[in-house]
Amino acid sequence: MDTEMDGERVVKRQGLSLFWATMWARAYPRMVGAFRERSWLFFETLLPVLAVSGYVFIYRAIQAPPAYTGFAVLGGVMTAFWLNVLWSMASQLYWDKDQGNLEIYVMAPGPLMAVLLGMAVGGMVMTGTRAVAILLVCSLLFDVSYQIAQPLWLVAAFVLTMAALYGMGMLFASIFLVSGREAWHLSNLLQEPIYLVSGFYFPVKALGFWVATLASIIPLTLGLDAMRQLMFAGDPTLGFLPVPVEVTVQLVLAVVFITAAYFALAKLEAIGRQQGRLIERRR
Amino acid sequence: MSAHAAIFTHQLGRVYKLRGPKQKGDPTTIVALTDINLTVARGELFGLLGPNGAGKTTLIKILTTLLLPTTGTAMVLGLDVVQQAQAIRRRISMVSGGETSGYGLLTVEENLWMFARFYGLDSKVARQRIGEMLDIVGLADRRRSKISDLSTGLRQKMNFVRGFITDPDVVFLDEPTLGLDVTAARQVREFVRHWMQAHPDRTVLLTTHYMAEADALCDRLAIIDKGRLLALDTPANLKRRLQREAVFTLRVAPLGRRPLRREDMLEAVPGVRQVTVAEVDGATELKLILESEDALAGVLDHVHRRGSGLIALEKREPTLEDVFIDLVGRGLDVDTSERREDGY
Repeated sequence: MDTEMDGERVVKRQGLSLFWATMWARAYPRMVGAFRERSWLFFETLLPVLAVSGYVFIYRAIQAPPAYTGFAVLGGVMTAFWLNVLWSMASQLYWDKDQGNLEIYVMAPGPLMAVLLGMAVGGMVMTGTRAVAILLVCSLLFDVSYQIAQPLWLVAAFVLTMAALYGMGMLFASIFLVSGREAWHLSNLLQEPIYLVSGFYFPVKALGFWVATLASIIPLTLGLDAMRQLMFAGDPTLGFLPVPVEVTVQLVLAVVFITAAYFALAKLEAIGRQQGRLIERRR
Repeated sequence: MSAHAAIFTHQLGRVYKLRGPKQKGDPTTIVALTDINLTVARGELFGLLGPNGAGKTTLIKILTTLLLPTTGTAMVLGLDVVQQAQAIRRRISMVSGGETSGYGLLTVEENLWMFARFYGLDSKVARQRIGEMLDIVGLADRRRSKISDLSTGLRQKMNFVRGFITDPDVVFLDEPTLGLDVTAARQVREFVRHWMQAHPDRTVLLTTHYMAEADALCDRLAIIDKGRLLALDTPANLKRRLQREAVFTLRVAPLGRRPLRREDMLEAVPGVRQVTVAEVDGATELKLILESEDALAGVLDHVHRRGSGLIALEKREPTLEDVFIDLVGRGLDVDTSERREDGY
């Protein structure tokens, strides 16, 4: 067995095995973090519940169909993932640069793509716990009833939405690799408008065909719409596009975003090394 | 030669182009390194000595594949830093002083495990090595502490374990004792020394602006200032350069304001090669390199003419600081930029 002082060399993984090890190692802090500091349970559940409550009361006041309450709840649940992608994926490497982690990531033989994928997997697990908490609290609080018609399609819609969404997060993270504080500003800028154009709290169909189509570049737009159609089967006329179309678009977006992230990462790492932007620390 | 060396650079240069937020036109150009020629043999503990801003960190960042050179060649273990970065990364590591890497929520052990996995260590091997090395650095009892709870010194010990746990061939230590108290700094130096003894085929490149650290640890030293390599030799040989000179430390009553005319300055006294001045405990401390002891009389006369008086005088063996002063014209740890230009 290798020991520190016996002079023997340590065996190190390579290739896919190294990729796998790197990915899970980077996912680990996020997965552990979800359970180590439980104070989030209060704050990160309460605030989305408050936001959802506003819409629920509006829908009830105007006597909208009961499914609208469920729409708002589902939107509230998915905000957790959007915030996670913005703040813990897109701008994460900016924080990591500031903290000194980015240098270690770049200098280590584990591929940066595996680091990004680990961030995504860890982020999904961590945010999944928050999303479940929001879903449970809101469902109980507002007495939401779900009519799930096609569970396999629902699973497909959710999984592909997550893949596309976190793929987009990986692409943003790649682009932000060489950026400084502007990454933070851009995340700020994206946060609220996407709530609107993706229809977090109302059916995106209400925005009209062209706005909804343009907004479909954000995976949550069609993902939410598909999941709403599948979870509240009683009122299918509220859907923007047929579920199979929306799920297929999510698949395409996932492939496009993850592939783009791969190439952007390689390109921007090269630019970062050239311009010295991987090593600077500025606020 | 380059294929066998741990580190080899040939006419290595790096220029930064910076543009301020409101700057229009051409960006400001900062020359960080110019024509660095360096060969570090395998098994060497090599030091880079220079003040802040000398280019030490830039050189390390190039060698650790984080930064591309603007001109010249750099190779680590015979591999080109531009073309073969990935192959180099498998075989090196770096620890920087004042490093705050890692995640505060994780324990010492968990952070180290995470970083070890980035290098492809098996989980079991990683945990075993972590245990062994935490024992060596005296951090075993804090293995389950969150790193956010560690003091600066303990955190730096953890960083050291991170740097060495991956079994690197070349370790880059960038100001590794920066900000540490005397005891922690000594422990860090001891650790490096022991590691080199246990692994005679490995190489350490250490940057520091602490003379004593460089003197105590390094087999050979390069003195670097303003991006240029000024001297390269063993600490003993570097000091030997000054053995024909007379090296004195004078403590005098405060000298007061710097003279306006160059001919009235201390540097103008015949036989004075270099002088640095620091105010210490209400007195003025002069570190002098004289061409011979005969020049001392002129120095004392100068001091008296400026209304000061001798408090203490010490003739010393040359130190690395004297070598640096002789080469650069100022000390490492004192900001003497104004004096450098204008004399004293």
